[in-house]
Amino acid sequence: MGCGNTKPNQLQLKKCERGNIALHSSTAMRSALLIQRWYRQYVARLEMRRRCTWNIFQSIEYAGEQDQIKLYNFFAYLMDHFTPASSERNLISHIFRDNDLLRDIEWERYFNYKNIEIPDDYCGPHLTFPLTTCIVTELVEAFRNKQQLHSRYVLQLLGETWKLLRLLPNINHVSTCHSKEITICGDLHGHLEDLLLIFYKNGLPSMETSYVFNGDYVDRGKNSIEILLILFAFLLLYPNDVYLNRGNHEDHMVNLRYGFTKEVLGKYRLHGKKILKLLQKIFSWLPLATVIDQKVLIVHGGISDTTDLSIIAKMDRHRYLSSLKPPKHRRFLAKSKVCDDDSDVEDAGAVGSVERRRVFSLTYSSPSASLHRSMQQRRSLQSYSGVEEELQEQRRQAGLSVSVEHQSVCSETELTQAVEADAEEWKQLVDLLWSDPMSLDGCVPNEVRGGGCYWGPDVTEDVLNRHHLNLLIRSHECKQEGYEFCHSRRVLTIFSASNYYEEGSNRGAYIRLGPDLIPHVIQYQATRTTRDLTLRQSVGRTERSALRALREQFFAHKSDLMSVFQQYDPDNTGLISLKDWAVAMETVLHLALPWRVLRSQLVNSTQDGMLDYHSWFRELDITEPNKELAHTNVLETLYKHHSNLETIFRIIDTDNSGLISFEEFRQTWKLLSSHLKMEISDEAIVDLAHSIDFNHDGSIDINEFMEAFRLVDSTHHDMGNSMIEAPS
Amino acid sequence: MADDKANAEAILSEVHKKISDAFDLFDHEFNKTVDVREIGTIIRSLGCFPSEVELHDVISEAEDEEPMGYIRFERFLPVMTRVLMERKFRPITEDLLLQAFEVLDQQNKGYLEAEELTKYMTLEGEPFTQEEMEEMLSAALDPEKNVIAYKDFVSMMVIDDAQ
Repeated sequence: MGCGNTKPNQLQLKKCERGNIALHSSTAMRSALLIQRWYRQYVARLEMRRRCTWNIFQSIEYAGEQDQIKLYNFFAYLMDHFTPASSERNLISHIFRDNDLLRDIEWERYFNYKNIEIPDDYCGPHLTFPLTTCIVTELVEAFRNKQQLHSRYVLQLLGETWKLLRLLPNINHVSTCHSKEITICGDLHGHLEDLLLIFYKNGLPSMETSYVFNGDYVDRGKNSIEILLILFAFLLLYPNDVYLNRGNHEDHMVNLRYGFTKEVLGKYRLHGKKILKLLQKIFSWLPLATVIDQKVLIVHGGISDTTDLSIIAKMDRHRYLSSLKPPKHRRFLAKSKVCDDDSDVEDAGAVGSVERRRVFSLTYSSPSASLHRSMQQRRSLQSYSGVEEELQEQRRQAGLSVSVEHQSVCSETELTQAVEADAEEWKQLVDLLWSDPMSLDGCVPNEVRGGGCYWGPDVTEDVLNRHHLNLLIRSHECKQEGYEFCHSRRVLTIFSASNYYEEGSNRGAYIRLGPDLIPHVIQYQATRTTRDLTLRQSVGRTERSALRALREQFFAHKSDLMSVFQQYDPDNTGLISLKDWAVAMETVLHLALPWRVLRSQLVNSTQDGMLDYHSWFRELDITEPNKELAHTNVLETLYKHHSNLETIFRIIDTDNSGLISFEEFRQTWKLLSSHLKMEISDEAIVDLAHSIDFNHDGSIDINEFMEAFRLVDSTHHDMGNSMIEAPS
Repeated sequence: MADDKANAEAILSEVHKKISDAFDLFDHEFNKTVDVREIGTIIRSLGCFPSEVELHDVISEAEDEEPMGYIRFERFLPVMTRVLMERKFRPITEDLLLQAFEVLDQQNKGYLEAEELTKYMTLEGEPFTQEEMEEMLSAALDPEKNVIAYKDFVSMMVIDDAQ
């Protein structure tokens, strides 16, 4: 049996002696204790890894959002500082033009779907109006089967939706006595499988099953348009039982960066542009909030200390095509109108006039901001000082400068008052769509996202009491369990896109609310394979993905990191201490991450606590696109500012064709280098352009270009692990 | 001499930063406090293998006189520093772990029945909660044979750690 084998220690001897008698001795207890101690340590470390992984994803996500807003601010700055020689301005000026002056009849003409023929071989779903339950159910089924709705029907459906949305108030008022319970869903972000799962578990929207959808239907996931079409179809079918709120992603400026624009153009090559334009209008007409039984407030982002529902109820919400910019002031409707190629009727767009004043700040500066600055250090990314100065300058300009043609319209005081009233309204909107809760009292600018605020429990109490409300339900933030209460359960975050960062990263959830107004949360996770994963496996998988994303960041910042490393290695030994490595990471990347905790997973081998940083870079295992470029700083800019570059491309691509000319390509780089305050020579740009194959008569395909210069993690191709591949 | 002192200071400062990084991950309010229920995770993630009793001792050292449900960093730091410098709660090696399993496997079958392991883990030592037991089984159990091949289990977990 056990006797006489090679490990003579106490445990083994005891085992020998006892034979078949059941162990209830101190031996058993000690062994059990040992296993328990070890296992609990193991679980704790898993938990730590999971938290780190989460932090990584979230930091990168929020850094991206902040980046986007900075880019936008930069454009606005360009607009306001017009110099006759700056041709770049012309490239982007169109994004500042509002086209809400187009009369309805002209819109209807523009979006006429009747001329669009359905080919005989079309086997996707058909729509007839008015919609019926049968038709809409079949639409859902068709999408489940990965079919695509023909653009004719898309335009028709969107047209009908727009007509309905225009009749809705800014704040939906819902009563639970109408139907017994109401279901509330959070962010979906193009995850069709989650919406289908909710419908499966909870039932399709109907007169018995009311739904409130709380924004962020699009971007990131790959079925954003299908989700919109389903929600709009149900809205048209059951207008008294389906309620839609606007999220911060229902915004064409955001969509340029986060994938919705790309998705639509990819799926609808011929009519994508029209669809996107119509969606711009529709997004602006989405209601901003829903109130249930006058007691429960549902908004996408949250609130601020100045939130006032009466102001929100009164505003012309459709003037805000994008929450990133304030609308043109009503009084400055130009007398003359100009038609451009698109046959949109647009304002003459006087240069330097008040309406083009800068988005003065999505994050206003309040006295308490500095108080919380140290608190924010970990979360706040780059400092805003440079931008703030520019903005103040523009604020001053906005107050004083009125373009000549409009001076006769109203006096300066009226102007400033009107401007302030507009600013107030705009702030209300931004706060509603962009804010996040925090645990400390007070209300401070949300510098992580770059828009809205962080609001504390005292603000929740105040706002809810002022409006005689009991509960605030909001979304906007991904939560591991799909939901989270805070502020003494007065605020409930609900997030409905499971596996948001990665397979297994989080669950999704929805809320059922009855007449007692007590929220019941139901959780789920799309993809059976992720449900069956053990804790260890799902943490491992998400973690690998996060670390991959981080390694790409390292590679993209290689030259900056190298120069900091070399500062710590004055004798050029090629080695730096691990401590210096951590400091370098913090300094260069501006991602508030626990570098010392992550170190063991990012640094493979050390000699006596010293790291060979050259080989560390090699070991990062990132495959560079195989382009021989003489100008490496251009390449690195490409990696670092991938998303910004793509956003600018898409803005410049005014006809949304996915193609830009070489000249536009050059202008893009000029814009980007201007924003980044770096020098890129014309020669470098020409070189870059020539390294890509020109496909269409000297045009560059945006998608191909971005794909060609995407960093690929070499280990991504390793399928050696026993991970189950989830069906897509 | 001066070199040694500088070295010692550098080491100490690194230890402090390590503790601080781990602490900050759980400091949700950014006010240098952590819920007392998360302290165990922090201490373990720093490489220590305390038993529940030992954990309680560390916590009471770090708690305020009037326990408030949270631990402040300024009290946690010196306590944790001492724990790390003195290398308390040393790791459990793979060998030792394997032996512990072998003790429970009195019939030397090379595996444990699910019931057997559950009985030991939930009744002996510092018993597992049902949740902990379920999680361990989900990772360790061979569902077809309903047994835990502990040797493989241990090796798998150890590789995991090394990754």
